[in-house]
Amino acid sequence: MPQPVPRSDFLSHDAAKAQQDSPPLLETRWLTKDFGGVHAVAGIDFRVRHGELRCLIGPNGAGKSTFFKMLAGQLRPTRGAILFDGREITALPQHKIARLGIGIKNQVPSVWDGLSVYEHLWIAALRRNDARAAAGRAEELLVELGLGSVARRRVGALSHGERQWVEIGMVIAQNPALMLLDEPTAGMAADEVERTAELLLIVNRKTSIIVVEHDMQFIQKIAGTVTVFHQGRVLVEDTMENVLANARVREVYLGSGRAAG
Amino acid sequence: MAPARVSRIELAIWGAAVIAVACLPLLVSTYSVVQITVFLIFCVLAVSLDLAWGLAGLLSFGQAAFFGIGGYAYAIAGINDVTTLGSLVAAVAAGGIVSGGLGYVAFYGRVSTMFLAVMTLTVTLILLQVMGSTADPSYRIGEAVLGGYNGMTNIPSLGLDVPLFEPVTLGPEGFFWMVGGLLIGIVILGRLLMAAPFGRVLAAIRENEQRAEQLGYDARWRKLAIFSLSGAVAGLAGALFASWGSFINPEVFSLSQSAQVVIWVLVGGRGSLYGAVLGALLVQALTQYLGSMGTAYTTLALGALLVNFVLLLREGLLPAIFRLVSRSASG
Repeated sequence: MPQPVPRSDFLSHDAAKAQQDSPPLLETRWLTKDFGGVHAVAGIDFRVRHGELRCLIGPNGAGKSTFFKMLAGQLRPTRGAILFDGREITALPQHKIARLGIGIKNQVPSVWDGLSVYEHLWIAALRRNDARAAAGRAEELLVELGLGSVARRRVGALSHGERQWVEIGMVIAQNPALMLLDEPTAGMAADEVERTAELLLIVNRKTSIIVVEHDMQFIQKIAGTVTVFHQGRVLVEDTMENVLANARVREVYLGSGRAAG
Repeated sequence: MAPARVSRIELAIWGAAVIAVACLPLLVSTYSVVQITVFLIFCVLAVSLDLAWGLAGLLSFGQAAFFGIGGYAYAIAGINDVTTLGSLVAAVAAGGIVSGGLGYVAFYGRVSTMFLAVMTLTVTLILLQVMGSTADPSYRIGEAVLGGYNGMTNIPSLGLDVPLFEPVTLGPEGFFWMVGGLLIGIVILGRLLMAAPFGRVLAAIRENEQRAEQLGYDARWRKLAIFSLSGAVAGLAGALFASWGSFINPEVFSLSQSAQVVIWVLVGGRGSLYGAVLGALLVQALTQYLGSMGTAYTTLALGALLVNFVLLLREGLLPAIFRLVSRSASG
């Protein structure tokens, strides 16, 4: 006769299994984007679990930006589906994607040049809060981001790095379940990159994050899993260490001739 | 751009404006009162454009169309024995509905800002043609004969005629107070709207629509709402204009009228509503002054003025003054 499994064991086994099998936070199924005859993204199956900090890398033209734009609702896929929390979000309008809990930081800082730093955070927080609660959230974030001294300045008058921070701050103020960041450290000085990495690690305690990046040092600081794109497909998906050690990754980054020799 | 909050200085401006409107008819001749009244009506029209253009970045050449539609709606309702206040409401509704319809096509069809300007101008010029072709007496709505290019005459003057109460007719002074009161009320409500969350989100949409949408704000209905409101206010101005002269004709839909509204706001400076008022007053005063010297100069001078503002003082008069003052205060 089979012994009944002790209850505690049963639970922990189940919990572990749930971790493995729980529906991913974000999933793409055979996601494809054709531009003319070119498969910019060629049928990608991709999964991100709750709580992950995932980095997408790849040489120029690998399709990661196109992939990102489809996740963000800025490009309509040719084929395939995107599911967020088990719900299909393919080709939803951008404001609806945002309302489901996806916060997006664009590659080029996309801010409201005529408005103040404070207003950016306030308006971002206002979507889910009343005016007073949003003001409180904006004040908190000004301190957390170290933007207090420029709070009343027009964002158009700020440096590139500061504008990046304002946009990241807006995404945080939105309180999303998943953050999509397209090259958040582009144009930042070394110390700013450092601070951004620290900030993302703090944010990641509560929020899942997908980052498209080029800066390898930055990725090494933050990434759990790295997905390498190449020619519209996923080449490798592994830890940063293993990715760096991977011969095929070197090959695509350095060119096939050298790797072969 | 406009300050986000209503400041103390603004409260003082509102107070001063109320006093000025209250006292003016006691100080100047009735002739001047009538003249200034039409200036204030144009101010209402300028403010209506600034609500859409200054706050939400929606440049409309159709303000003259909504103005004209409001005027015609007031005339048609009034001549058909609707109370004058009821006719005023009809004019506001007509302006709001037509601008809402246009806005729906433009914003839900994701038409670009530039095409919105072209679209509104086209509709205005179509209206000019259509209303101009109604000369035959068979073109009538109830008692109201549309009259083609001759326009409509004998439009009832606005009075306080609420059913069940003894109607009160407004003299030139009374009408001036009414128009002045409406202008001040609209500016105050407009300023409060700009400072409210709805207004701030619209400002964000003006600056970068995609960013606003990525935060979960649907830009489409917000733009539609402000554009309809802007059209409704223009309709109100049109009704006041029709009542002022007891007359309206298709000239209100002409190219020069459409352009003039844009020039007022451009000269005064957009985004604060005060600039629109200032621009309308200055340009109209100038037009009238030049008009007394001969018509050829008027168009020439207005053209030169516009070119100079676009080239040299792009932001407009009021923001430029504001910047000078704040610079000398801080430096």
